[in-house]
Amino acid sequence: MSDRGGVALSVRGLGRRFGDRDAFRDVSFEIGHGEVFGFLGPNGAGKTTMVRTLGTLLSPTSGSATVAGVPLTPENGVEIRRRISIMPESPGLYLRLSVAENLECFAGLYGAPDPAEGIDRALRAVNLADRADDVCGTLSKGLRQRVALARALLSDPEVLFLDEPTSGLDPAVARDVHELIAALGRRGVTIFLTTHRLEEAERLCDRVAILNTTLRTIGRPDELRERLFARTLTVTTLVPLADPGDVFAGLPAVDGWRHDDPATYLLAVSDPAVAAPAVTRALVEAGADVLSITRSHHSLEDVYLELIDRDQEGAGR
Amino acid sequence: MRVGRRRVRAIFRKELREYRRTGSIVTAMVVFPLIFLIQPLVVTLTLPASTTDELSHQHLLLYMLAIPALVPAALAAYAVVGERQQGTLEPVLTTPIRREEFLLGKALAALVPSVGISYAVYAFFLACVELLARPAMAAALLRGPDILAQLVFTPLIAGWSIWLGIGISARSSDPRVAQQLGLLASLPSVAVTSLIAFNGIHATFGLALGLAATLLVLDILGWRITSATLDRERLISGYR
Repeated sequence: MSDRGGVALSVRGLGRRFGDRDAFRDVSFEIGHGEVFGFLGPNGAGKTTMVRTLGTLLSPTSGSATVAGVPLTPENGVEIRRRISIMPESPGLYLRLSVAENLECFAGLYGAPDPAEGIDRALRAVNLADRADDVCGTLSKGLRQRVALARALLSDPEVLFLDEPTSGLDPAVARDVHELIAALGRRGVTIFLTTHRLEEAERLCDRVAILNTTLRTIGRPDELRERLFARTLTVTTLVPLADPGDVFAGLPAVDGWRHDDPATYLLAVSDPAVAAPAVTRALVEAGADVLSITRSHHSLEDVYLELIDRDQEGAGR
Repeated sequence: MRVGRRRVRAIFRKELREYRRTGSIVTAMVVFPLIFLIQPLVVTLTLPASTTDELSHQHLLLYMLAIPALVPAALAAYAVVGERQQGTLEPVLTTPIRREEFLLGKALAALVPSVGISYAVYAFFLACVELLARPAMAAALLRGPDILAQLVFTPLIAGWSIWLGIGISARSSDPRVAQQLGLLASLPSVAVTSLIAFNGIHATFGLALGLAATLLVLDILGWRITSATLDRERLISGYR
């Protein structure tokens, strides 16, 4: 959990069933104030249902949660919705109304003390101040998404839920939305971001959780990589070493080695920062012509695919 | 339960803006009143003088109460299913608005233009009769109790049609089906007012008072029952 101060969202054993099907079950996590938290998972994993449940649109069938400091109970629905904002996957704008008229309606629904000032601030935050009078039906998909984001910012929420905010957007528009989210994160807004775009999560999120009906893992992207994949150094020499076992044996922080191809060696290491200089020295002493020594890099996508593959293998057994 | 006026007003204003820019709604607001204006106007202005005595036993003005029965039914049918169809229901329901406030805003937005149009049509009809009909005919039609009944029953009947329409809208998945069912559901009130207008049911002060009280109770109950049965979960997830 982020240490920026206090818990913004706390979920304990939460579950939601539709008939005999679990949308998600036994999910627990905490999100700190000001944290950007990524919620990843394949289609149908339960991400949107989780957002709707925490946003009081659906009631949980098991477990408990505290959202923006308020226990998630049917009686607290209005109070929770006062403190949060949800941007659904589909912008859901009134297409016959202008941008300003859409925001005016929602400013009224949130009871904004100064609607005009709030609308102006929200539009400036998403760089749409000059499009206030445009009819929403005439806007591109990317601009509609920005209006939806402005709408979500109207209430100055403690927790902002963004459900697939870049779904269906082209890369350039998605990049704009990323920059807006990053700016919100820098301003200290707690953001709960569901996505299946892993580069998006890796770029924007302090921590991520991977959901596939149950919570598969949670942590910082680098933590997850280290947790799931052994740390390795890849050593490539000009010609194969005469006796690699002799070169690599007994080096500090090197746990073992194997060939990848005749002149490439994969070394399992416990601490790459200690192992790499020692390996370099040993190779030089052995007279090897070293082409490269690199630390293996696993992306969040590798982590995600590894976990989802394991789930599929488990289901196939 | 405390009703937040600002939230009700936000929905009300948004609805009126949408009505103005939706061709099918504007058409419904124009066509129904015209039908119920032109037909009695033509009949009144072309009837022979000998029918005056017969007319004096009827309450032809009440025939026009069909306008507040049908116009709001057409508007209310879009209230919930229209929002669902354009994907705006979920963003609205994620705000602090209560079900009662959401529905009250919707109902008022259907009620105000419907009552306004109905009163305008009556006024136009009365002016035409006063100016163009034979004096005896005008005297037979323009009677204080009938005009008072029009004024009182217009919002009451409109209210009932609105709650029926919204109730149907909340359970429909197609706005056109909701509109047709809403119009169908408002036909009984049209039938009752027509029977009274043509003396099929003998109009008395007691009957008028009883009907008004019943409609008032039904309107309040309609709000409460429709609000209580508006199921966020079913509307959002399609699952009860």
